[in-house]
Amino acid sequence: AVSLPFAVGQCGNQVGCRFWDLALREHAAVNKKGIYDEALSSFFRNVDTRSGDNGPDIYKGKICSLKARALLIDMEEGVVNEILQGPLRDVFDSKQLITDVSGSGNNWAVGHKIYGCQYRENIVEKLRKTAEHCDCLQCFFIIHSMGGGTGSGLGTFVLNLLEEEFPEVYRFVTSVYPSGEDDVITSPYNSVLAMKELNEHADCVLPIENESLFEIVNKIHQMINSGKLGSTVKQNSLVTSSAGSAKTLPEKPFDAMNNIVANLLLNLTSSARFEGSLNMDLNEISMNLVPFPRLHYLVSSLTPLYTLADVNVPSRRLDQMFSDAFSRDHQLIQADPKHSLYLACALLVRGNVQVSDLRRNIERLKPSLHFVSWNQEGWKTGLCSVPPVGHSHSLLALANNTCVKPTFIELKDRFMKLYKKKAHLHHYLQIDGMEQSCFSEAISSLSDLIEEYNELDATKGGPRIDPSRLKIAV
Amino acid sequence: MSIVTVQLGQCGNQIGHEVFSALCSDIRGTHGLCSKEENQSYQDCCKERFFCQEESAVPVARAVLVDMEPKVISQALSMAASSGLWSYSSRSHFCQKQGSGNNWANGYCVHGPRHKEAIMDLVQREAERCDRLGGFFTIMSMAGGTGSGLGAFVTQCLRDAFPTSFILNHVIWPYGTGEVIVQNYNSVLTLSHLYHSSDALLVHENDVIHKICAQLMNIKQISFRDVNQVLAHQLGSVFQPAQPAGGGSGYSRNPLGDLMESLVPHPEFRMLGLRNIPQMPESSLPYSTFSWPGLLKHLRQMLIANAPMEEGIDWQVRPPQPGSSIPSTNKPLHFNTSIANLLILRGKDVHSVDLGSFQDPSLYTSWLNPQDAFNAWKTPRAFNKYEKSAALVSNSQFLLKPLDSIVGKAWNMFASKAYLHQYTKFGIQEEDFLDCFTTLEQVISSYTNL
Repeated sequence: AVSLPFAVGQCGNQVGCRFWDLALREHAAVNKKGIYDEALSSFFRNVDTRSGDNGPDIYKGKICSLKARALLIDMEEGVVNEILQGPLRDVFDSKQLITDVSGSGNNWAVGHKIYGCQYRENIVEKLRKTAEHCDCLQCFFIIHSMGGGTGSGLGTFVLNLLEEEFPEVYRFVTSVYPSGEDDVITSPYNSVLAMKELNEHADCVLPIENESLFEIVNKIHQMINSGKLGSTVKQNSLVTSSAGSAKTLPEKPFDAMNNIVANLLLNLTSSARFEGSLNMDLNEISMNLVPFPRLHYLVSSLTPLYTLADVNVPSRRLDQMFSDAFSRDHQLIQADPKHSLYLACALLVRGNVQVSDLRRNIERLKPSLHFVSWNQEGWKTGLCSVPPVGHSHSLLALANNTCVKPTFIELKDRFMKLYKKKAHLHHYLQIDGMEQSCFSEAISSLSDLIEEYNELDATKGGPRIDPSRLKIAV
Repeated sequence: MSIVTVQLGQCGNQIGHEVFSALCSDIRGTHGLCSKEENQSYQDCCKERFFCQEESAVPVARAVLVDMEPKVISQALSMAASSGLWSYSSRSHFCQKQGSGNNWANGYCVHGPRHKEAIMDLVQREAERCDRLGGFFTIMSMAGGTGSGLGAFVTQCLRDAFPTSFILNHVIWPYGTGEVIVQNYNSVLTLSHLYHSSDALLVHENDVIHKICAQLMNIKQISFRDVNQVLAHQLGSVFQPAQPAGGGSGYSRNPLGDLMESLVPHPEFRMLGLRNIPQMPESSLPYSTFSWPGLLKHLRQMLIANAPMEEGIDWQVRPPQPGSSIPSTNKPLHFNTSIANLLILRGKDVHSVDLGSFQDPSLYTSWLNPQDAFNAWKTPRAFNKYEKSAALVSNSQFLLKPLDSIVGKAWNMFASKAYLHQYTKFGIQEEDFLDCFTTLEQVISSYTNL
């Protein structure tokens, strides 16, 4: 089954670029014989390019030329052009790109209303062509940031479009949320306008915060430079490393952070691509982690962040990996799940880990976590045999937890600060199709979401009253 | 008589593969401890029951493999083929690309009808390959989406297409602390539907098998493969050829029929539990000796105290005293009342075993004569390197507590309406859920009041 990523905007495409790079590396490590297999087919087509770029797809046999199944969308050319000139140029062809020159000026309305309208047909056509090459399309991934104009506005336009054109295909969104110190002044407007779309049209959202990524990068940096004897790190095991990079940290400043997000996506899809004793498909993630339609925001944490190269240093105990997944150091957003309420939790394990290891650790960690009364044993688990490159095992934890509430409340506050003064509003309202009501509806949608989390939080710690069972006449 | 196995979903296909491997390895073994003729007869019977050997070099399992995604079936097929000892037919599997997303409604309402023809076609062909069809054995978990939902649909189709054949559903109950968050919903939907179309449900609980792996088999890092191998051993000890007592000298010609007749006297009571003794790592076998009285004493206490294995049995539990008329509500707590039991004994000196302790009327409800409530099958041919082994298939209160727990948790979740939108979107409504809860509360009530 195919997962189709859409990278929209500058951030989306930078992350996307890292994703394809690491995906190729992962498959190369596993696929030694160069045969095009089921695992590869979820992200790549195999094209016969001997007679040019428009060759037919080869469904079996040796790998000829791998082409990524993706759409790269940006209203500026800089990032996409770079990709096409870099080592990944052969992985994409022009039919997968939708670009323009002037950008969206950090304006959600420009991305959503103007470019949306302008490029709708183009996007639908390219989407259909790409989908034609997939024998079974299971899931769309949108990778974007919330704070700008293209990723945020056009990205959420694409989300709507996907629901209209392919209503049965799951829509996962990886969204980078702006921080308080974001240098784009209008990022709260863009984010809240985009949130409404995510509330209504996404199946699952994985919010990411730059601060968390930055802290992870720093932690690794410190570890490497601490100079502890015997603690050399395996380069390719770093959650921040790019494929084939000889240096500790890659050149471009955001590459390390973007690699973390790329690894998130690889781990998320690993069980769908590779075999294991307890498979976890993407539709299962949506099924088990979304108890009510709008509560679909999942906190992710990745572990381990690196592996030690020195064989004399005992590898971190397996149980440590599980504990780390529940520590804030490994989360991709700044939130506190341990002190909030879990609605559901998923553990996607890769590598040499068995069901008894899973069970032991769930039993161990359970008592310190608060689960909602109607889902006391709410754990979804998956075991994939293939570990990530450079590791013997890894864990991705996804939590549906009310701890996302403060993030949304802060976002709402920042929005209101601007909105009350009507600051910069005219840039939006002058766009065709934009009205004051777009703003009031968006903030209302966010407020409702926050209220749903509030109601759940109110049940935390309260007395547990199980509903009485049906009575049967004997 | 031949049995057609239908493997459904990841669990069903992983277990099915282990079962056929275990059966094959058992018949190839040279540890039969019986005469050459007996061994030959046993082998031939097993082969006819579970395998077909028309044109191929190795026995081909009489199985249909069904899954909504390709990876597991692909693995099962290749593992079997590379064993060199048996294989699956290359044309007996059906798979799709997408999986059922742990969604029972998706398995039952969408995949079922969509793929009914293709699946039943494979079943029909497999059935036609049997000289005499003895019935169907389906293997599925009830926690996921395919085994559970599609499995329930396929069982119904089997019932419609083969109204006079026996259908035994082997159902795996998931670990109590989730493998799947919506497992209790899927379980409730599965069990209630199977109750209407299946002849009997033979249940294995992951928690129980896990304990056996940890405490008896001494496995440190228990994998699903380990769990499945213990399961396969237990199933093999039931389904390998054996002679019904007093049924002449041949192996049972109708194992599923005999099983149903012995154990399911009333349609309201279809849940069968399974216990096996002894169970230990293969490496310990040469150092162990067993006596039938010892084995049966433990097995009997496992029955009445509802113990999962021969360690940690509560020996304090006793059956109620005969003669005094005790209303069922006053029965001693924790005592497991049986409707019917089937004991299968394999190995040395089986014919001289005293089975009186299992014919004790105080073990049973009052509806059947103890002679009818208890049955035994025997064979001198040892199973899977165990000099002596005994399996107990029991229609009793074994599963009452786990069932009650599953229904309770599902009800709790249902009351909050969590996850319901995932089911309604594929066609299972709240009323459907209520019907299923009602069916199962009825079953719980019936078993409670034994």
